[in-house]
Amino acid sequence: MKVAIIRFPGTNCDFDAYHVLKNVLHLPSDLIWHEEVDLRKYDGVILPGGFSYGDHLRAGIIAAHSPAMTQVKKAAEEGKPILGICNGFQILAESELLPGALLRNAGLRFVCKWVNLRVDSTSTFFTSGLKKGTLLRMPIAHGEGRYFLGESEIKNLERKGQIVFRYVDEKGNTTENSNPNGSLFNIAGVSNEKGNVVGLMPHPERASEKILSPFGSSDGLAVLGAFAKTVEVMARK
Amino acid sequence: MGTSNYKVECIISNKSSIRDPEGETILRDLVMRRGYENVKGIRTAKLLQLEVSAPNKESAEKLVMKMCDDLRIYNPVVSICQIRISGN
Repeated sequence: MKVAIIRFPGTNCDFDAYHVLKNVLHLPSDLIWHEEVDLRKYDGVILPGGFSYGDHLRAGIIAAHSPAMTQVKKAAEEGKPILGICNGFQILAESELLPGALLRNAGLRFVCKWVNLRVDSTSTFFTSGLKKGTLLRMPIAHGEGRYFLGESEIKNLERKGQIVFRYVDEKGNTTENSNPNGSLFNIAGVSNEKGNVVGLMPHPERASEKILSPFGSSDGLAVLGAFAKTVEVMARK
Repeated sequence: MGTSNYKVECIISNKSSIRDPEGETILRDLVMRRGYENVKGIRTAKLLQLEVSAPNKESAEKLVMKMCDDLRIYNPVVSICQIRISGN
């Protein structure tokens, strides 16, 4: 039972993810350079945050063409759980493993702050143990997180329960003020149809230990814990 | 048949249905503020300048368009890509 954390040039949240998996969730994982990826022996994949290839051309697009992503696509087809955090989400969107695109923030600035998230779909490997409407507190840190998708496709997404997380206020309402980047319908995270691939802009790995988070939040564990459980199940298969 | 080098430009811009806050800011806080009121709209874009070896202009354009589609040089979910020959 093991998780692969894939690193590209410019990835910088890899050790945070590794630390939480290893020391908090006690889930074995390897940090793997994108050119040396062999996912056959892994039961789950994390694409951590950062700035792969300096965000050149578009955040995530160059990493999306890395040979590692061919293997991630295969792992996704096999039903393995795959989580993209921040830049990882951008890479999954650019790889067309997830629907939509992440545009430059509406305010044109890099936004680094804590946000409230609402769980809007529990039919994914990362939210399966949670109740719909659960509020989670996590930080965001990105310049390109404005989620966009065409009108008819977004309706499909909603219908199929692929909108997983939304930015909300403290009461759980989607408001303009609680939307940090101008994302369409306050969308913060989505999944593929099967629910085994999820991407989100917020950082669960930065909100997984009370002692390390300014608001005492360990809500990120809700997502990473569900991931860990799925990995255990996958490994037994 | 011989080939020549062509300068080809790809202009990548977001679809018109998508707001362009950078263009809006330039228009509102610079252009209009300084009195250029005849300017009614600004959209920003990304420009790639390529040098391409091809038998003629048409095939140079075609090759670049194919490359842009194949490699997702522009993201079809949100952007459009215009190709034009800028010189040789």
